[in-house]
Amino acid sequence: MMAPELRRLAIGTDTVEHEARLLELWETRPGIGGFFSTVDHKEIGIRYVVTAFVFLALGGLEALVIRLQLAGPNLSILTPDEYNQFFSTHGMTMIFLYAAPILSGFSNYLWPLLLGSRDMAFPRLNALSYWIYLASGLFLYAGFLTGNGPNDGWFNYVPYASRDYNPGLNQDFYALGMVFLGISTTVGAANFIVSFFRTRAPGMSINRVPIMVWGTLTASVANLLVVPAVSLAFFMLWMDRQFGTHFFDPAGGGQPLLWQHLFWLFGHPWVYAIVLPAMGMVSDGLPVFCRRPLVGYSLVALATVATMILGFGVWVHHMFATGLPGLGLAFFSGASILITLPSAVAVFAWLATIWLGRPVITTAFLFFSSMILLFVIGGVSGFMTASVPVDWQLTDTYFVVAHIHYVLIGINVFPVAGAVYFWFPKMTGRLLDERLGRWNFWIMFLGFNLAFLPMHLTGLLGMPRRVYTYADYGGWGTLNLITSIGSFVFAVGVLLLFVNVVKSLRSGAVAGKNPWDAPTLEWAVPSPPPVYNFAVIPTVSSRHPLWEDRLGAEGGRSILDRGLLLASGKETIGTTGLDAEPLMVLEMAEDSFAPFALTLGLSLFFVGLLLRSWTLTGVGAASAAFALLAWLWPQRALDERERGRA
Amino acid sequence: MPELAAATQPKSLPVGPVGRRGVGWWGVSTLILSELALFGYLFFAYFYTGATAPPGWLIDPAPSLKLALPNTVLLLASSVIVWLGERSIRRGGRAGAQAAFAIAFLIGGAFVAIQWLEWSSKPFRLGTSSYASLYFVTGGLHIAHVIAGLLVLAALFWWTCLDYFSVRRHLVVAAGALYWHFVSLVSVLVLFTFYVTPYLGFGR
Amino acid sequence: MTWPLSYLSASGLRAAKVVPLTWYMLIVSIVVCLVIGIILWAAVRRSRPEDRAVELRDVPVERGGAGIRWISVGLLISALPLVAALIWTMVALAAVAGPPRNPGLILDITGRQWWWQVQYAGSQPLDVFDTANEIHIPVGVAVLIRLHGGDVIHSFWVPQLSGKTDTIPGQTNLSWIEADHPGRYLGQCTEFCGYQHAHMQFEVVADSPAEFERWISMQRQAAAAPTTPEATRGRDLVEYRCGLCHRVRGTEAGAISAPDLTHLMSRRTLAAGTLLNNPGNLVGWIQNPQNIKPGSLMPDQFLSAQQLSDTLAYLETLK
Repeated sequence: MMAPELRRLAIGTDTVEHEARLLELWETRPGIGGFFSTVDHKEIGIRYVVTAFVFLALGGLEALVIRLQLAGPNLSILTPDEYNQFFSTHGMTMIFLYAAPILSGFSNYLWPLLLGSRDMAFPRLNALSYWIYLASGLFLYAGFLTGNGPNDGWFNYVPYASRDYNPGLNQDFYALGMVFLGISTTVGAANFIVSFFRTRAPGMSINRVPIMVWGTLTASVANLLVVPAVSLAFFMLWMDRQFGTHFFDPAGGGQPLLWQHLFWLFGHPWVYAIVLPAMGMVSDGLPVFCRRPLVGYSLVALATVATMILGFGVWVHHMFATGLPGLGLAFFSGASILITLPSAVAVFAWLATIWLGRPVITTAFLFFSSMILLFVIGGVSGFMTASVPVDWQLTDTYFVVAHIHYVLIGINVFPVAGAVYFWFPKMTGRLLDERLGRWNFWIMFLGFNLAFLPMHLTGLLGMPRRVYTYADYGGWGTLNLITSIGSFVFAVGVLLLFVNVVKSLRSGAVAGKNPWDAPTLEWAVPSPPPVYNFAVIPTVSSRHPLWEDRLGAEGGRSILDRGLLLASGKETIGTTGLDAEPLMVLEMAEDSFAPFALTLGLSLFFVGLLLRSWTLTGVGAASAAFALLAWLWPQRALDERERGRA
Repeated sequence: MPELAAATQPKSLPVGPVGRRGVGWWGVSTLILSELALFGYLFFAYFYTGATAPPGWLIDPAPSLKLALPNTVLLLASSVIVWLGERSIRRGGRAGAQAAFAIAFLIGGAFVAIQWLEWSSKPFRLGTSSYASLYFVTGGLHIAHVIAGLLVLAALFWWTCLDYFSVRRHLVVAAGALYWHFVSLVSVLVLFTFYVTPYLGFGR
Repeated sequence: MTWPLSYLSASGLRAAKVVPLTWYMLIVSIVVCLVIGIILWAAVRRSRPEDRAVELRDVPVERGGAGIRWISVGLLISALPLVAALIWTMVALAAVAGPPRNPGLILDITGRQWWWQVQYAGSQPLDVFDTANEIHIPVGVAVLIRLHGGDVIHSFWVPQLSGKTDTIPGQTNLSWIEADHPGRYLGQCTEFCGYQHAHMQFEVVADSPAEFERWISMQRQAAAAPTTPEATRGRDLVEYRCGLCHRVRGTEAGAISAPDLTHLMSRRTLAAGTLLNNPGNLVGWIQNPQNIKPGSLMPDQFLSAQQLSDTLAYLETLK
């Protein structure tokens, strides 16, 4: 075999000409063309974040309507059918269209900056994951907005989801939309995994990687393996409904519990996937405001991975009441109790970091630190439901609703709000208003706890969940009213976040490179970063490159001002998986319409399936195939084919 | 510090993918892993449904291997041929690779045709029972992946004809070949699950 | 009872064995939240006044203490109540899971949209009877409940007596209850099952043994023949119309897709706990069920006033 072509790589410092050259190589063309063809990870990240926040707002409005209906006993603001669509769409929106994409968005934006790279491993795949997310979100909402929204909860149990009991299009929208969305999640996961192992800056060994990166990596590996389970479940449901197969109906030898197994095999790892990256945000952001490194970095990183691995072995705890044999129940109960331990590692690490540090109170700090308490409250209610005999009383009551909102809002929304305050300056060059930020935080915090803390009691007093109305047993009405009021207060708080963002985009204080005097690489570049991120590839020798002068780094300093220039093309450095030694030059794809075209083709395909129009399905599949062919066509610029041949 | 020195000293590195070494290969591998998981869940569904079903669930307790076994062997053979084709490109050849991809394509097409034949001769249809549904949907999803693989082979054939690849630059071929091997592997797993485990006593 | 669906106390053996564990976990949880809350508060309050100037750059960065002890000690302390809960869970599970070996009564209960079909066995076929939504059991006797899935998945839950068990089509799940003292115990469906999941209650009535015998022998009897002209017209109407879905033993109304009405008047509530069983509600329900339980499988009846009063006259004899 011939020796691979080697290029002698230029090493130098940043100059005006160098930056101009990089700009020319990396800039997306302006206008409509650029809009649909960009593969800039920062642009894609911001689109993800904005879209996810739109879905958060929609899901929030759905929640407010639900809380109006439940504010008192026997109200009839919504009919049962409307209520069922509202609560199901609320769950679907929050869990699938907000919670994971918001973290993908922040990760997409930040990973190359955190890792000292110029882009993710697969720029076009990145664009595709966003376009499919948008398309599938629109597909799913087309159902809701036409009165055909999901109506069997986000968990969609059969037989109620089958044709016999659910003849309308509701289930078909949900099933096909979820299969569609699954493609986005899967390709996004693949991108993160390969990027983690190949696109870190030289010297960034895996024990120097920010915890948020560990969180997203862990979530991505999990998603890669479990999204097929739920896609298969929804596909089987669609087949049962449309083609008379018998996966789930007992009359044909099918198994209703097969749905639950497939769904929760996916669903449990999924709920860890939507909190572990956010926990990572806290692990990276909180120490900045405590003016010290995170306590127990290695333990926290290991605990992140351990939690997810254990998370594969607890899915049956969503099925404790289904009549499974006692031995199985005992195993899953034990595992579900023990999984509290790795989750607790992060809590103690955070508490220690605050205690042993010098906390400076900012809005970001308030969000990052308050989530510790919310996490613990959510965690202990989970601990209670982990015990089978106790769960047999708790499950399907409002106690579980309180639990899920403490873990989802406490370990996703609050860290995300903190992340907005923390990274908005980097993304936009402006700081968010701190005074408004305090109002934002306190109203969110008080509203949230007012709404959901009493809900534990509501559940302990026996109120079942997923009911469109209720009788007023000894104060259920009062408790529900308090929750409804709290939810509106919370909504005002969230609104203040959006107001602060809009206001500060125009008139926020200028941020500069590093307004927080933070240690990681994203704070070494201008705010907002140039399209190529790093003019000079950094070389890293610790977890806190920008704090080395103060921490007294043992083992050399990171070098940020001199390094690989990589300006012969749209390039970044590829490094080895564990130690991040320079391995090869990665040539990055140019802007391309192929991801958008592929998404259009797939959209036609799924709409065709929904409407049972096989012509449309065929056209969609063919368009998708053509787009994919154009995408994969070997390019000389990417060295996928030999220069100078044919 | 060696790594620091290395980063600030001029160095020579390969540019772009060389042979099988490139991010593209890893990307395709992770996606293939996900698809493999999909089949894992299909087999889970089969074993779970069969284990919790009453006796008599297996419509055919002794499924005929007359077509299924040779068909699987055929697909495995095509995998070997694709491997030979990739090897030919790795050594700088072209004609051999063209022949290999074309032959593998034809064998793959034959596989689909024989599978169709076998399905038509089955006494049960998609909606006959849960066993039948699992049989046809698992097989059907596999065939869908085979058909996608045929498109991949066609593209590889076309690009080889266009003389795109060389000793250094053929990552696309390695990735495409990997996909085809995945499809062959799944055919073995499908054979084992649906055609062998009944003889081992499952589902009776 | 103020909170009939609460399970923080119990009136039956199977539920009672879980109450102490529930309280233990609840108290541990509350204590943990308070402790963490206090530590967090204290940690934040430790920020020095000079650091509250917000200019981060002016607050020096220090490596600080290793702090690993926080994690190891924290985990160790957390592990203790956790492991205790784990062991207690296994013990409680063993105590409550298994159905009784010698149940004094066996019931077959089928969850349906949106009511509970309850079948009492008997030594002779004629002794087998169905009722709906109101379950009578003798006090102090272990009752085995075989749960069947009628259409979609429902969940059988009577918190004062037992935790939840689903009714799943295609399989029979087992539950058991044993009441400590006489009383009425409220139950509710707790697995989302469609439009009227919210109105799918049932009641377990624990009778003294004598009361129970009286009840069961009465339930076993077929409906008495009507004696008045109105009731006779009513019976004919019931056979003709209601009999499409309902059964009244002793008449031609023999369908089984809706609740058995043979002893309708012996039940305290109507429509699975949605309404109290009195003449006004009964008439309102018959005529316009869609108004009370929209989406329920009983269509509005559009009876004339005469037909309604005849029907009521007959139904009121079904004690």
